[in-house]
Amino acid sequence: MTSRIDLEELRLRYEDTTAVDRVTCHLEGGKIYGLLGRNGSGKTSLLSMLAGFIRPTSGSVLVDGQPVFENPRAVSRICLIRDSGDVGDQSDTVRTVMEIAQVLRSTWDQEYAERLLEKFKIPMRKRVSQLSRGQRSALGITIGLASRTPLTIFDESHLGMDAPSRALFQEELLNDFMANPRTIIVSTHLIEEMSTLFEEVLILHEGRLLLHEDTDTLRSRGAAVTGPADQVDQFVFGMNVLAERRLGRIKSVTVYGELSDLHRRQAENLGLEMEPIALQDLFIHLTGAVEESR
Amino acid sequence: MFDDRSPIYRQIAEQIKTDILNGVLRADEQVMSTNQYAAFYRINPATAAKAFQQLVEEKILYKRRGIGMFVSPTARDMLLAQRRERFFTDVVDPMVAEAKVIGIPLADIITRIEQAARSDEEKAKSGHADEDER
Repeated sequence: MTSRIDLEELRLRYEDTTAVDRVTCHLEGGKIYGLLGRNGSGKTSLLSMLAGFIRPTSGSVLVDGQPVFENPRAVSRICLIRDSGDVGDQSDTVRTVMEIAQVLRSTWDQEYAERLLEKFKIPMRKRVSQLSRGQRSALGITIGLASRTPLTIFDESHLGMDAPSRALFQEELLNDFMANPRTIIVSTHLIEEMSTLFEEVLILHEGRLLLHEDTDTLRSRGAAVTGPADQVDQFVFGMNVLAERRLGRIKSVTVYGELSDLHRRQAENLGLEMEPIALQDLFIHLTGAVEESR
Repeated sequence: MFDDRSPIYRQIAEQIKTDILNGVLRADEQVMSTNQYAAFYRINPATAAKAFQQLVEEKILYKRRGIGMFVSPTARDMLLAQRRERFFTDVVDPMVAEAKVIGIPLADIITRIEQAARSDEEKAKSGHADEDER
């Protein structure tokens, strides 16, 4: 079971700030989506509205065609795990947290949950307050995965975990997604580490949806063009330039957009070097450049 | 394993092609399933599927319904032909261009290639790889 998501002109305003600014997007579901954005870009606000935790100021959130806020039936099919273990009461034991999760979700898989706790080395008897930050994150991950809800959202849930635990999270996420396809959204700024998991990527910046793209398409979009300044300027004229650097007469420019073989040949003829850039750098330039231009 | 600088499905496709060229994957041998591949390399299964789809379209792989994907009997020859063609545009042409820039006469390049070919032959004959023999 997977969920389709439709956001229309979604806005969230606190007193004098706009946390989410008219976001419209359509996710067909059955995929792993990556939601990327800098701190304070509105990721958590957006995901909280998507999970029915808070009411939008305006616009609409539809999950499988149904509004989610104050809609228990819709919400029971959604699981949002926030960063490092805001799961259950601090004085509850892990066992109790599991029991509550089981009551809340008809799709819950207890056997899988226990297997995950064992892998993450979290004792059932311990209280949530006795767990380390990494263990609390892993407990959240366990609840998110074992809930098997048609829409499962991890909002920086892996932040407190060390590298081996994060690797285990990635492995379990992929394997369980393949065995039980559903709609999964992972928000993160650990782009390099996580990006191979995402089929599609959404970038949020200052409350706005900057782009929504197939991850592999995005990987082919950016390039760094380096060479004599005049030739570089000639080549990038009319292109979307994200960043520029100069060293003497040499200039390096980061461009964003469709780059055809014709572009490549043209660059070659001008004696320019054209190199692909990493998704992480593309993200840095995309979310840095917008700010500068304001 | 994969870098974030170019589409991962293309990197996967290239890797499988290299495996076929090296003989790691043989004709009519079954390749890993999309899900096995995704789990092994921790990549999205849709990305892996796209790579396999591309290889099927290029006739490098073929599908057997309900069983999986296999290496085409002609895959290696096709890839060899492609790489041979690309050798001149990717290796020889840039070398000639570079030689022109730094002023190396074409005749010198040819002499060098012939030398290299000869010493390769000698190595093959003597059966051991002593370098800088002459």
